[in-house]
Formats: sequence, C-alpha cells, structure tokens
Amino acid sequence: MTRIKELVKEQAEKHGRERTSLMPILQAVVRSEHYLSEEAMIAIAEELDLSTADVFGTASFYTFLDTVHRGKYIIRVCKTITCHMKGKDEIIRTISDILKIKLGETTTDSRFSLLQANCLGWCHKGPVMLINDEVYPEITPEKTSEIINEYLKKK
Amino acid sequence: MEKKIKKVDLIFGKVDHLDILNNSFQRTRDEIILDVIDSGLRGRGGAGFPTGLKWKFAKNEEADQKYVICNADEGEPGTFKDREILTQVPEKVLAGMALCGYCIGASEGYIYLRAEYNFLLPSLYKAIDQFHEHLKAMKFDFTIRICSGSGAYVCGEETALMESMEGKRGEPRNKPPFPTSEGYLGKPTSVNNVETLVFALMIAQEGPAKFKEMGTFDSRGSKVFSVSGDTPTPGIYELELGMTLEQFVEEFGDGDTKAVQVGGASGFCVSRKDFRSTLIGFEGIPTGGSMMLFNSSRSMYNILNDYLEFMEEESCGQCTPCRVGCQQLLKGIEAVKRGVKPPSYLEDLQKLSDTMRIASKCGLGQSVPNPFNSIINNFREEIIY
Repeated sequence: MTRIKELVKEQAEKHGRERTSLMPILQAVVRSEHYLSEEAMIAIAEELDLSTADVFGTASFYTFLDTVHRGKYIIRVCKTITCHMKGKDEIIRTISDILKIKLGETTTDSRFSLLQANCLGWCHKGPVMLINDEVYPEITPEKTSEIINEYLKKK
Repeated sequence: MEKKIKKVDLIFGKVDHLDILNNSFQRTRDEIILDVIDSGLRGRGGAGFPTGLKWKFAKNEEADQKYVICNADEGEPGTFKDREILTQVPEKVLAGMALCGYCIGASEGYIYLRAEYNFLLPSLYKAIDQFHEHLKAMKFDFTIRICSGSGAYVCGEETALMESMEGKRGEPRNKPPFPTSEGYLGKPTSVNNVETLVFALMIAQEGPAKFKEMGTFDSRGSKVFSVSGDTPTPGIYELELGMTLEQFVEEFGDGDTKAVQVGGASGFCVSRKDFRSTLIGFEGIPTGGSMMLFNSSRSMYNILNDYLEFMEEESCGQCTPCRVGCQQLLKGIEAVKRGVKPPSYLEDLQKLSDTMRIASKCGLGQSVPNPFNSIINNFREEIIY
C-alpha cells in the first residue's frame, strides 16, 4: 500500500466513511500533502465508495482544497478592497522578489507557493497574509521580508 | 434630531453564561422564544430574518433529530466581527447555541468555521471541551462540533453551508423547503450567525425590554460593526442601531469621506450627498456589519472592479444569471473604461444586473446589482473616464 493510500485509510478510520466524512478527509490530506493529487482523490473515492468525479467535483469547488501541486508553505495574500487599498501589491512584489516566483507559482524545491486570496477577514489590519493557517496582519514590505526569511530558515 | 452614536457593550462584556443557561432551563421553551420574538432581534449575518420566529418554526417541527448551526463562515469583504467574538467570548457563542438547542429541541450543534479562521481551532476546541463538562454537570444533553470550511464565500449562504457540511459542493439549494423544516441531513435546522446567538443569550439574561428600547422600529437593539478603509479608527464597535450615515461618518471618517460601502461586496455604496438621508438599518440600508469608508483619493472604478472580481470568483457557477452575469459585468466595465464600448453600454449592463437580481438562485447573484448599480449611479464619470 502506498503512503497516500495509507494516509487516506487512516483518515477514513478516524472520520468515518459517510458522505459527511468527505470534507474532513480532503482537508486532512491537504494538511499533510499540501494538495490533492490524482492518486489521493482516487484513493478517497475508493475508500468512501464514491465516484472519482464526485470527489474531484467537490474538491475543485473549494479554494483551499488545491488540486494542483503546492509547496509546504502556502502563502495567501489577501487581495480584496481594503488590503488592495493598503498596498497588497507591494507585499506580493516583496515576496516574489525573495522567493523568485510569480503569483500562482511554487518554488522548485516545493517549499513555497504564492497565491492571492479573497477577503481573509482582517480588513481593519490590512494588508494581511496567511501562511498555511498562520495569520500575519498589518504587514509592510519590510515586515514581510523578515517573516519570509524566518520561514526560509525553517527546515 | 441630533443623536450621538451610542456605544453598547452587550456582545463583548463578560457574563456568567452558565448562570444564564441555568436560569433559562427553569423557564419553558415557549417563554424564551416569545422573549426573543418580542425583543425584535433579527439575524445579524445580514439577511435579517427574525430570530425568534426561526426558532419557533424549528421548534414546531416534529423530528427525531434537529440541529443548531452557528454560521461562522464570515466571508463578506469588510466583515471581521465574528472572528473577534469567537476570539474574545467563545463561551457566550456556545451558550447561545445551547440555548437555541434547548428552545428548538436539538441535542447537536455545529460551528461552521471558515478555513481562513483555522487558527482559532485550538482555542475553540478548548472552550468546547470546558463547555461540555459544564453541560454534563447541568445534565443538559447537547454536543457541539466544528465543521471547517475550505475557502468558499458562498458557503455563508445557509443552504450552501449545509451542502458543504454534508460533504458536497457548496451550491445553494432551492428554498422552500427552508432549513427550519428540512436542513442539515434533511432534519429541521436553525442556522444562526455568531453574533445573533450571543444577542439571544443576552436577551435571555436581560429580558427583551432592554434590547427593544434601543434602535428603531425595524432595527431593534445594537449591532457589531466592522469599520475599515479610510478611517483613522478602524476596528470593531458595538453601536446602537438607528444612526444615519452622516453620524457614522462624523465618528469614523477621516474628514474627506466621499463614499461608504454599507454591507460589503453585496451591499450598497452611498455617496456623500446621501449621508444625511441614509439610515443604517433594515428601514434604510442593512448591513451584516461591514462598513468600508473611501476618501476622495480612491478610484471608484477600482473599487467596483474589485467587488466584481470577488463576486465573479466566488459565484458557485450553478445558475446562469449569476455565473455569466458576474463575468459580463466585469468584462463590461473594463470595456467601457478602455473605450472599446460606449458609455451607454453601462445602461445595458444595468439591465443585465437587474435580470440577475430577479433570476439568480441565491443571495449572492441577487445582491451583485447592489454595489453595481449604486456605484454606477453615484460615480458614473469615474467608471467611464
């Protein structure tokens, strides 16, 4: 049994094999693998006795359930109105410069992906970004490069 | 009629939530529901359905299982109050859910938390564990679980939210049947906003009179506002309802406010000339809390473009008026701006947006015309030139 299949099985044991278990399982796979590979979605379909189209259809509906390869640290910069007004473009440029990737891209070592997100719910403290589940409100280009450099030091 | 904006502290003030529950359990379900109806409390997520009535409908259903859902899928641009409530007073939210459970006869509750707020999970689980212990001691059978969202604005719509909880694409259902008769897993369900549940708890403590004496006839009580944009004091404020936009801007504006977007991307844009005549509330312009201020340095074209881009991405794609409508409105204003289409094309787009209001399946598509028409009508030149 491959590692992915094992992971899916383990999550199905934990969350059950009902239709209502689908979201928690998809979310758990994304937490561990950073995205849903074809292999993972097929394994989930088999485990829950659903059609693969149904699993893909559900997964592809949700922004946070990526079906394309993503890095270990997914950076999502809020792009909605207030954060736009408060300079999210500069934040993106700063990250782009440090990591040498454009929006939507992943570093070749699969450590970072740079994305934009719709409103993250920090409009009074924009601009804001999420790195995985961690929030960084009220960032400036300087603060951003400090944060990214900290992540670069991580294993 | 000069009235200063009155700040209120019902939501964030610390209370003995277990004491309120204990006292409530001594009363009948009907008594509490009547109090909530009498208070005039309306849903604080934006739609404004009378909370007491919702509870009454759910209570009147016969079913082996019913559910309470706390809608914490706060996705409206400019809204961030629910996050703050869940951070500061999670126990009041949980108690509000238990109160609702008692009233409608449900033993299970769910918090649908948006993925963007996943960082709240550890503290929420801790609060839930503690709360379960207390409920056990009180011998009240009620279990709360958390369902996480995965980044879809439309899941804030209650039927889309339940689809998502059931492990499907978050596509809104047809109504009726309403969730109070057929909701989560086909069972009667009361879906309430985070803030609404806390207000219901406070009404159970203070009685309806205190709540009712605040606000106006259609908009009773107070409301938590999320203030952002061009303001020296962005943040979260609980204010008595019934103020005009002029009073609001005097308090929060930077002296150069040219427009306020009331109610987020699905709300209305009000320009300076109408501040005085616009009331914030259900008889004027309702809001789920989102108040974005723009000063004269902002291009209203960029703002409308951002709103439409947001809606275009977040439209679930299920119904044609919304899916195609959002795309065409966005493309349309870009074409007018570039001079590819004449200014009169805006009238065609407004007709399209009117069609979306009538023909879209859920609140998302139905409300796209709000920002679109209000910004075009108020700031036509900025869109064209």
